[in-house]
Amino acid sequence: MSNDTELHDTLEQAQSTQEARMGEGVDERFNSTLRQAFGHTPFILTKFDKFMNWVRGSSMFMLLFGIACCSIEMMHTYAVKHDLDRFGAGVPRASPRQADVIIVPGTIVSKFAPRLKRVYDQMPEPKFVVSMGSCTISGGPFQEGYNVIKGAEEVIPVDIHVPGCPPRPEALIYGVAKLQERVANGETAPVTVKPYELEEFGDLEQDELVQQLASEVDDDDLVMRFNWADSP
Amino acid sequence: MSLEEPQAPDVGVTGEGDLDYDALEDLLGDNVVDREQHENAEGFVIRPDEVEETLSTLKEEAGFDHLSSVTAQEYQDRYESIYHLKKFDDPTQELSVVVPTARDDPVSESAAGVFDTAEWHEREAYDLVGIEYEGHPDLRRILLPETWQGHPLSQDYNQDKPQIVPLREHANPMEEKTKIPDDPDTMFVNIGPHHPATHGVLHVKTTLDGEQIADLDPDIGYLHRCEEQMCQQSTYRHQIMPYPDRWDYISAGILNEWAYARAAEDMADIEVPEYAQVIRTMSAELCRIAAHLLAVGTFALDIYGDFTAIFMYAIRDREVIQNILEDLTGQRLMFNYMRLGGVAWDLPEPREDFFEQTRDFLDELPDRLEEYHNLLTSNEIFQMRVIDTGVLPPEQAKSFGATGPVARGSGIDYDLRRDDPYGYYDELEWDVITEDGCDNFSRALVRLKEMEQSGRIIEQCLDLLEDWPEEDREIQANVPRTLKPEPDTEIYRAVEGAKGELGIYMRSDGTDKPARFKIRSPCFCNLQTLPVMSEGEYIPDMIASLGSLDIVLGEVDR
Ligand code: SF4
Repeated sequence: MSNDTELHDTLEQAQSTQEARMGEGVDERFNSTLRQAFGHTPFILTKFDKFMNWVRGSSMFMLLFGIACCSIEMMHTYAVKHDLDRFGAGVPRASPRQADVIIVPGTIVSKFAPRLKRVYDQMPEPKFVVSMGSCTISGGPFQEGYNVIKGAEEVIPVDIHVPGCPPRPEALIYGVAKLQERVANGETAPVTVKPYELEEFGDLEQDELVQQLASEVDDDDLVMRFNWADSP
Repeated sequence: MSLEEPQAPDVGVTGEGDLDYDALEDLLGDNVVDREQHENAEGFVIRPDEVEETLSTLKEEAGFDHLSSVTAQEYQDRYESIYHLKKFDDPTQELSVVVPTARDDPVSESAAGVFDTAEWHEREAYDLVGIEYEGHPDLRRILLPETWQGHPLSQDYNQDKPQIVPLREHANPMEEKTKIPDDPDTMFVNIGPHHPATHGVLHVKTTLDGEQIADLDPDIGYLHRCEEQMCQQSTYRHQIMPYPDRWDYISAGILNEWAYARAAEDMADIEVPEYAQVIRTMSAELCRIAAHLLAVGTFALDIYGDFTAIFMYAIRDREVIQNILEDLTGQRLMFNYMRLGGVAWDLPEPREDFFEQTRDFLDELPDRLEEYHNLLTSNEIFQMRVIDTGVLPPEQAKSFGATGPVARGSGIDYDLRRDDPYGYYDELEWDVITEDGCDNFSRALVRLKEMEQSGRIIEQCLDLLEDWPEEDREIQANVPRTLKPEPDTEIYRAVEGAKGELGIYMRSDGTDKPARFKIRSPCFCNLQTLPVMSEGEYIPDMIASLGSLDIVLGEVDR
């Protein structure tokens, strides 16, 4: 306690400075240990961007999003025992419009890739992506499948890859913590090199495949074109 | 407890309860053009335009009421659809109906008129292999996007060709059906594929009339990971085994591995040592408890958003099981523990610790289950939501090929662990649970009660393992390093997975990889019953039915 008083104000002192600044009769509940720690002069001087990044990294809203096997381990990460919430990153939101972070937990196949892109597009900026499991890195055990996208980065940009099949909850927590660290430091994600995009069918280059499908797909339908031969 | 009256034995069954294939052939008369020998049953080859007649005779007169699976495949000179028939009363009585079609005109008659379940199976066969079914009510792609080019499991498919997949807004499918221009009451609602209550990436196209569901069409394939292709390009001995873990990934890995192990062992005549069978039985039942726990936990989450109590309790208990399984297998979720002819390794040392840990879990299991019953089955809110909703009459359940807790919740007494025994199950004391309610409540109740039975099985296995003499602890049979079964051996074998009958069809071509590997997924068949349960009900009841079906998209789409 004596140490405390040397370093910081006592509660009383803190309250009196608070009254001086906010006016008489301020409720004690507005005080805080943090405020106390700042002493007589509760001002901080920081760069706005740094402050914002710190705030962002300390409160991550995750998108409730399950794809495949990895989502089971992801549920375990959210739930008791591992409890991702302890790290300020465990509030699952059911709607992409309320989320900052999307964890991509599983294999992405051709039918789902356009939906994944759409869900990602619906998230407000700034948004971050953690890809979970080998499937989202390269297609994992299913890499040779005719229908499997060879990694999440072919569809959306990824900040952190967590390897494993599935990664243990501890690994996912580490990945999320790393992301928080990077966000707090203002580091950005690498840009994906050659992603599959959603395009209007009419804008595609006219080749054999497009002509074959012309009767089935409208010109203004959004489509994704997969060039398997160029996949890594 | 079966709902049926005892009957005289079916045509084609001998006094001892064995199948008499000659009598069956006589029953079908000229429809049978040839007979084949499969490892599990005989195959009757029939003409492609007599499918419906043959199957309905077999169903009505010979009692084959369970169309377990439909396998389609392409040979050098023909296409072939195989209908794997069984009986709900005795699944060891099996018959394969083989329908060859010409390569240049692969059209055969549809079986959808006889068995409802054939509808989806044939759509899958059309989608992946390219056989067309005449008279099929709705033959379109099921797993791949509708604009896909080519049939990936056919022989001349080129995997490198580009594909275009659309993202469409969906039109109101009732528009044409209602034909009443000024009936504004129908409304189309897309549920999924990204939706918290669909347990993954399922897309349900729903049409509402007022608040009631007028039409419902589950759209699957958002997780079609080419599991069959993967298995077809892997070797029998070691490479296939990791894949089953990823079909039903709700911790049911060892149950799935067993499906492959059983099929491959029967195909190559491998005898599994008893000690390994006991370990298999024990670990498989641990998996079943873990899988059912998640089913119950997420069901509560779906029904009344209980994220804090039941869901967390279920996860907590799962963590205990996962710890035990991790000690045993080395992994938390994707165990890869079985090997052909046994298991990968013996129980972890010191064995006493393992036994103690597992017994601790079993000791607390009854209390935990009582807690689940207090929170769920005797909870009024829960009862209001699930009793008498999502009714699935047994006749329809059978016709759709429903198995597992879904069938047993509709009073169908069908459990392969007892009816087609494998492993160590027939030496142990346990009961098959059935409930007659046919509703969402019964299905949840069956799962809760099954956990209790699984606990009993594990307990007996532990006793056996503890007393097993040290010199007899043989964990693997002698299996050749590369396995090359005789060419053209065909087998269909099933085990009781967490969700129901998990079957595998394999055909060998003399190499060390299967020429055709087909997975009969219980969730795929169970999901087909969703329209029966939900049409005429409200959307929340549909969500409850979906939860009580307990599907895993990894297994539905494969
Ligand atoms: S990385 Fe492994 S566990 Fe994760 S989704 Fe892919 S196959 Fe499943």
